[in-house]
Amino acid sequence: MEGTNHLAFILAAYAAACAVVAALIAWVMLDYRAQSAKLAEFESRGMARGAAGRAAMKKAEEDA
Amino acid sequence: MAIVDLANPSRFLRMANPAIPWLGGFTVIAFAFGISQAIMAPDDYQQGATVKIMFLHVPGAWLGMLGWGVMSIAALGTLVWRHPLADVTAKAAAPIGAAFTLMCLVTGSLWGRPMWGTYWVWDARLTSVLVLFLLYLGVIALWRTVEDPSRAARAAAIVTLVGAVDLPIIKFSVDWWNTLHQGASVFRLGAPTIDPSILVPLLVMAGAFTLLFVTLLLAAMRNEILRRRVRALRLMQASVAG
Repeated sequence: MEGTNHLAFILAAYAAACAVVAALIAWVMLDYRAQSAKLAEFESRGMARGAAGRAAMKKAEEDA
Repeated sequence: MAIVDLANPSRFLRMANPAIPWLGGFTVIAFAFGISQAIMAPDDYQQGATVKIMFLHVPGAWLGMLGWGVMSIAALGTLVWRHPLADVTAKAAAPIGAAFTLMCLVTGSLWGRPMWGTYWVWDARLTSVLVLFLLYLGVIALWRTVEDPSRAARAAAIVTLVGAVDLPIIKFSVDWWNTLHQGASVFRLGAPTIDPSILVPLLVMAGAFTLLFVTLLLAAMRNEILRRRVRALRLMQASVAG
């Protein structure tokens, strides 16, 4: 049977596609967690971007 | 809201944050439908069951090229209009486009062995797609090498626009040269040459992969905006400490 003979190639192709898609999803999710954690760390220290951030930095500078 | 209003990264995040889970959900549903269609698709009269590899290989090829197309438009945005989200889009699209191009190359190779008797030939279609993959790696390396994001964006934009020459070469390689790879069978003058029983699952799978591409692109753009905020905060912290 031709289909049976070529089953290994078909399965290998689907496994390779699954690996590529899984790697992309993992990369995006892990990166999001890492960047969110870094931003949360800055926020926990009272730092934020924009006017509020600049005010907080100025105050921190004055306190120092 | 005008499309140009989305140029603001904060506004983009406000739209992307709720959109990403919804798009993810639609992607899962589309894949469930597409895979069921692919399983039920009949064997090809010449290629047998290996035709099922086409449901991965062809979307991989289309999205590999779409990724570079998105990067090319973003490159124009960076160089001409200095669009705030243009370099974010270009940087986010590069690894995704590279991954789909790799998927196209690997699945094509695994399809070629039983059908052509070889995993690889240096014909114009295969070689031009390999060149696209190498271009992706080059642009990713450029982004990682140049530390200043705006300088990296301009350099990557120039390489991207030069590399865009490869897209028509890929598309028309099977017409311009004598290749082992088959000619166009879906996007061609006249009707597609594929039987509807195979064409429909192919288009459904292509739609599912495109939804995945869009979802991943939005998520990667969100990550890149957050990364730039972290970088800005680090610089601000360093300037205070200094």
